Amino acid sequence: MATHAAFMPGTKASTGSVIWSWITTVDHKRIGILYGVSAFFFFVVGGIEALIMRLQLAHPDGTVVGAQRFNELFTMHGTTMVFLAIMPMSAAFFNYMIPLMIGARDVAFPRLNALSYWIFFSGALLLHLSFLAGAVPDGGWFGYANLTSHQFSPTHSIDFWMLGLQVLGISSLMAGFNFIVTIVNMRAPGMTLMRMPLFVWMSFVVQFLVVLAFPAITVALILLMFDRFFGTLFYAPAAGADPLLWQHLFWIFGHPEVYILILPAMGIVSEVLPTFSRKPLFGAPVVIYSGIMIGFFGFGVWSHHMFSVGMGPVADSAFSIATMLIAVPTGVKILNWIGTLWGGRIQFKTPLYFSLGFIAMFTLGGLSGVMHASPPVDLQQTDSYFIVAHFHYVLFGGSIFGLFSGVYYWWPKIFGKVLDDRLGKLHFWLMMIGFNVTFFPMHFLGLIGMPRRIYTYAPDLGWNFWNLVSTIGAFTIAVSLLVFFANVVKTTRSGAPAPADPWDGRTLEWTIPSPPPVYNFAVVPTVHDRDDFWVQKYGDGHGTPPRKPSPPAHVDTSSIHMPPPSYWPILLAGAFLFMVSGALVSIYQVILGGFLTLYCMTRFMLEYHHQTDVGPSAGGHH
Amino acid sequence: MRKSLLARIPTALLLLAAALLLSSCGWSLWDSPMTTVRPKSGFGRMTHQIFMLISWWTLGIGIAVEAGLLWVCYRFREKPGQPLPTQVHGHTLLEVSWTIAFAVILLIFAVPTIPVIFETQAAPPPTALKVDVAGRQWWWEFKYPDLKIVTANELHIPAGQQVSFNLHAPDVIHSFWMPQLGGKRDVVPGRVNRITLTPDGPGELPGQCAEYCGMSHANMRFRVIVHEKGDFEKWVANQQKPALSPTDPLAQKGAELFSQSACVGCHTITGVSGGVLGPNLTHFASRKTLGANLMANTPENVAKWIENPGHLKPGALMPDLGMRGEQTKALAAYLLSLK
Repeated sequence: MATHAAFMPGTKASTGSVIWSWITTVDHKRIGILYGVSAFFFFVVGGIEALIMRLQLAHPDGTVVGAQRFNELFTMHGTTMVFLAIMPMSAAFFNYMIPLMIGARDVAFPRLNALSYWIFFSGALLLHLSFLAGAVPDGGWFGYANLTSHQFSPTHSIDFWMLGLQVLGISSLMAGFNFIVTIVNMRAPGMTLMRMPLFVWMSFVVQFLVVLAFPAITVALILLMFDRFFGTLFYAPAAGADPLLWQHLFWIFGHPEVYILILPAMGIVSEVLPTFSRKPLFGAPVVIYSGIMIGFFGFGVWSHHMFSVGMGPVADSAFSIATMLIAVPTGVKILNWIGTLWGGRIQFKTPLYFSLGFIAMFTLGGLSGVMHASPPVDLQQTDSYFIVAHFHYVLFGGSIFGLFSGVYYWWPKIFGKVLDDRLGKLHFWLMMIGFNVTFFPMHFLGLIGMPRRIYTYAPDLGWNFWNLVSTIGAFTIAVSLLVFFANVVKTTRSGAPAPADPWDGRTLEWTIPSPPPVYNFAVVPTVHDRDDFWVQKYGDGHGTPPRKPSPPAHVDTSSIHMPPPSYWPILLAGAFLFMVSGALVSIYQVILGGFLTLYCMTRFMLEYHHQTDVGPSAGGHH
Repeated sequence: MRKSLLARIPTALLLLAAALLLSSCGWSLWDSPMTTVRPKSGFGRMTHQIFMLISWWTLGIGIAVEAGLLWVCYRFREKPGQPLPTQVHGHTLLEVSWTIAFAVILLIFAVPTIPVIFETQAAPPPTALKVDVAGRQWWWEFKYPDLKIVTANELHIPAGQQVSFNLHAPDVIHSFWMPQLGGKRDVVPGRVNRITLTPDGPGELPGQCAEYCGMSHANMRFRVIVHEKGDFEKWVANQQKPALSPTDPLAQKGAELFSQSACVGCHTITGVSGGVLGPNLTHFASRKTLGANLMANTPENVAKWIENPGHLKPGALMPDLGMRGEQTKALAAYLLSLK
């Protein structure tokens, strides 16, 4: 308990021991918070990059930044938002909420979980060290070959990018396997797959997408690394290679990645809507199957990112039809969500606002997506601002709104205080207006021919007005985030403590105190229903009466075994970063780092090897 | 507060829809030089028809879903003293119906799409005018193999005749895009992609590289000049002539400078030099713009360009050869005598 109490305000603990307890933690809840804080930090970094770009584009012939800096900004903005903001924000919720929602005391492999966070941190650090080295990645977030070859990108910029992404991929794979094992093995008794909460379901699908999609980009990146470091010719057209190989490998990863970014938000929305409509999710099995179908089809549509490369009419037609198919389960989900609201008793709290925002904006992003599912139409829209508008409606209007819904929804569970509702709604409206003012005009800009990734444009093309509007919108979004931060500060300082169940919730996480004790559940619950907690409180509405809450358990919580903290995850990640960054410095650093990594890995593996018999007494550590 | 804010959204949506309607009816929004929604070729029109079909459907669906969402939120908002709502878990028939409905709507988009994919990628007839397009960091080269013409950054084509563009990429991937004439096609090293289209009538329109290709991607622009048949033949006749010899003393000095400096390593002027890395300058003065449609082709701009190409176009591969003052003036005078 000491480690958890150290985090709570008002207790006396030296700063050193607090920091030490955080960097050695293996508690899924603290790792979740680490992911969340990192994700917000990088969301702000990526946002500032976006604001600088918007300033540059506010007027034609802009002079805020030069061509090189602008190219670095859009590359880092995309890479940061995808890999360092949205993915870790989802990971924060996977970490914190999945064990709570399935009635488990931790994830299956707590130390691996810590390792995956610290490896993520290393990858993020490596990417941003490029700013110190003065060689910032500038190949775009999808880094098309052969522009990334040594001939056309002679500095270390692309090296930072390709090594950083490989490190981040390792982190995602570890987390993916960890959550698959957790969800398969650690559900509370009675929680069959079809009784699993929707957020857990969507997260489950995401983990499979992660473990199947990331190997594709890893292969692509390793080939690129061989090309750049060892002079191989995988992407060299002069040697007869086809640079489109990169595009195929990248998008076989890249399209499932889109669903990796959106499905967690869909899961959050599927939790928030029932809670605030006070009725079950409409057609939950269909929503689950739709999620699975989206994940499955997600692997069969990658070439719709490549309609303009000249694949020929047969491939174009096949990928066009597959892409249109994927719109079916997506559309079904939207109607099921509206069906959930239908006939409900809707309580308009901030989390619901963001979920409604998700539905409203994601619908628009989905519809513009259907437009460029048609290859002839796509030939006009691809690589124009129309596409920029489309994917921001999906990833900002979708993922970010959904994730903010989760932030407001679970904040009381995580931090023990309910975020201020009025400031929350102000945040919502500012963000909603700012978002639409920024990104809706980009549809127009795309249709009147503005290509993406240009740092400047001529004044006589009719693009001036909408670009200025878009820049104003971007700063409105920035203001909305300031409101959010003000809300966090205000709530932390003066918010009233939250009860265990502030929203009259439906799932297991609301049955335990806010914030939860380190062992989560004193007694592991037995589950009878998808909305188990709701049925316990109100009955199922079809004759089954409310269940009597089980008498408060008299459990000696000190006897609950929780894994002790470990400093090997951060050391191993540090050694690994040292090895990888050696590729940019000296072969000797790589070798030394390799030995250090092996040493740390061995210590990591053997940490409990000789301690197996002290299991129960290890409970004294928490 | 809740009610008033909620009440404002439908108004905003209506205004938006009105704006969209107005604009699609001919408001000047769409009349940009790079517009994709005023097609000026058969190829462009085929695409545009599908675009409009999908647009109207999606606009309708979008408005229906957003309005439905708002109405449901308003209708089922919490009222004091209400009992718990009926715990409905789903409705199989309804869910199956809207799944089928979505599939049918998508079929409406897919059926006209497929033939257009095949039609727009059909092999060109032998009568088509052939143009070899090379996308280079960061300018465009246009070769007319049958007419034996090589030019750069300004593409001249005849109205009403089929033109077949063969796309080559000597360095990295680019994308060849003339928005008013139709969709883009990537220019990929190691393969030859193709666009075939027939421009409607005479006019001038801009084009631009649409695939990020490095530092000056934003400056990789070009102009398309569609001529009446007769005008096009005049243009061809002029381009086929050898380069003019300068008569003006300043231009003569420039010609001397040109042939004695490193310029000849990269640029071709028929009868003077044979470099192929940079644009062909044989009829440089016939082009209205400089630096891939970046600025007007005036003596001042040409002189500035020669003094420091990278200043006007970041990353430009043409080096600063150390020419200054009188030298660049002379070179500009020479180049602008090459009508």
